[in-house]
Amino acid sequence: MGLKSRVRWRQVKEKCIAQFFQWNGILAIVVLFGIFSLLLLEGIPAVKALGLKEFLFSDHWDPTSPERESYGILALLVSTFMVSFGALVITIPIGIATAAYLAEVAPPRIRELVKPMIEILAGIPSVVVGFLGILVVGPVITRLFHVSHGLTALNGAVLLAVMALPTIISISEDAIVSVPHEFKQASLALGATRWQTLTQVTLPAAASGIFASVMLGMGRAIGETMTVLMACGNAPSMPRGYLDSIQTMTATIAIELGETVQGDIHYRSLFVIGFLLFVMTFVVNLISDLVLEKYRRMWQR
Amino acid sequence: MKKIVMMTLALLFCGVHGFGQGVIQIKGSDTMINLVQRLAEVYMEAHPDASIAVTGGGSGVGIAALIANRVHIADASREIKPKEIAMAKENGVVPYEIAIAIDGLCVIVNEANPIKSLTMSQIGQIFRGEITHWKELGGKDLPISLYGRQPNSGTYVFFMEHVLGNKDYSPRMKRMNGNAQIVEGIISDKAGIGYVGVGYVYDDKGNIRQGLKVLPVAKDEKSEPVTPLVAENVKSGKYPIARALYQYTNGKPKGAVKAFIAFELSPEGQKIVEEMGFYSVAGKYLENNKKAGF
Repeated sequence: MGLKSRVRWRQVKEKCIAQFFQWNGILAIVVLFGIFSLLLLEGIPAVKALGLKEFLFSDHWDPTSPERESYGILALLVSTFMVSFGALVITIPIGIATAAYLAEVAPPRIRELVKPMIEILAGIPSVVVGFLGILVVGPVITRLFHVSHGLTALNGAVLLAVMALPTIISISEDAIVSVPHEFKQASLALGATRWQTLTQVTLPAAASGIFASVMLGMGRAIGETMTVLMACGNAPSMPRGYLDSIQTMTATIAIELGETVQGDIHYRSLFVIGFLLFVMTFVVNLISDLVLEKYRRMWQR
Repeated sequence: MKKIVMMTLALLFCGVHGFGQGVIQIKGSDTMINLVQRLAEVYMEAHPDASIAVTGGGSGVGIAALIANRVHIADASREIKPKEIAMAKENGVVPYEIAIAIDGLCVIVNEANPIKSLTMSQIGQIFRGEITHWKELGGKDLPISLYGRQPNSGTYVFFMEHVLGNKDYSPRMKRMNGNAQIVEGIISDKAGIGYVGVGYVYDDKGNIRQGLKVLPVAKDEKSEPVTPLVAENVKSGKYPIARALYQYTNGKPKGAVKAFIAFELSPEGQKIVEEMGFYSVAGKYLENNKKAGF
């Protein structure tokens, strides 16, 4: 083979590889739109047949009721938000504190030990976390709050907090580390203590990255299924507080899809819930992406 | 390489297209899964050429799979609904019903609960959410905590039809994944009440599980409360929440499927049924089984 043909061969090869990657990228988009339209197409007939009012305002979710089949998703929606919000309240302070410690305070040796451990935490299967809820968190809640059982929204919130923690820690830590050194040095030079520098200079400078990490953690919490299915009791009533049993949107789909007949109203109404979940997590992820992107541009010079 | 691809495709095809010829696929009731699994194990020991796969998911799921012609046998702890029979026939599936055991559905509470017995109408009111406090029944000063099954469960449907008078369950009832989960819940919940198949209240040694109390149930205020733990009460129908545990097949069972069901109904099979805490088939159910050729 001459030099010329070898060069041409390499050009062809590179072109092919580039094409291959391009098609993979397009495939991801196609899959996304595919899922979106599948949920939409399967769900629309249910909304048409029952009316949006039934979904949004009827009092509860009971599609197999012998008295009156009702498809009210409000209680499920509130339940999903309750566990996600509760999880964030628990996880944000712990997550940011850990991130700040790892980025600013921890000696390298501890940092190298803790970081991989947090990553392992992210890899624990949600079924296992659910077990933990039944065997450990539930009984603790029973004792602390003097209730008869621990299968409550609080249980789910605690578990989801644990599951969202790795996301929040690792992305927040990245954000804190990438705050330019000049900021901290300037602050310290002006006589600020390390604590003042951390809380008033470094953290605010990393705020958008931290915010993005929180949104990603929230996306995870909204979509989580197995853990809340096992730990929250699955009572589809409107929750009165964190010590009530609740049933989230994800758990509803997981419980009921197996027994529905393909194509009937119950089946399709589960797709309506799925569509709503898709939109919710999509919006949350989109916001965090936009914020992260803006943040990246801010420090680019 | 080509061979591997072909084999993978063939496997995929099998997976999508349901079931091969060799393995008997059984799916459905969670109440029956331990029982049928045990029956299958013993049967396969005696017949090394037989192969049986038993999975759960709930009676509704099992019947849905039978309708879609994806299983040989559907386990169900409730009768198949007319609507389901119609859907099956549309698919060219003709369900045949065989009762393989009798179950006394147990109403269970925590051992610490002082309540001694309940009437059917009281249980109905409790699970419909009309009685919400143990005090109303002469019990402790605790709000009642309800444990039930999920809508795909035959037990959920049976209990709703026969105890709640076909009315809605309270939305505050916790929808648990299986009988065992309800038992665990009640053992750790002093205010709990739930319902499970009689096979689930015993431990390995055949004693009632520690921390659990099985309530005697009275038909109405005038009747004596009756316990489901005595075979005679359940078989004679004196216990008011007795039911049959069914298997459904597509068409009259034949070949390997027929041989397995015949084993389940044989004295040896029925002895296993009793060992697992359930009761052997008797009375009108035997008559019914004749229609399916047993």
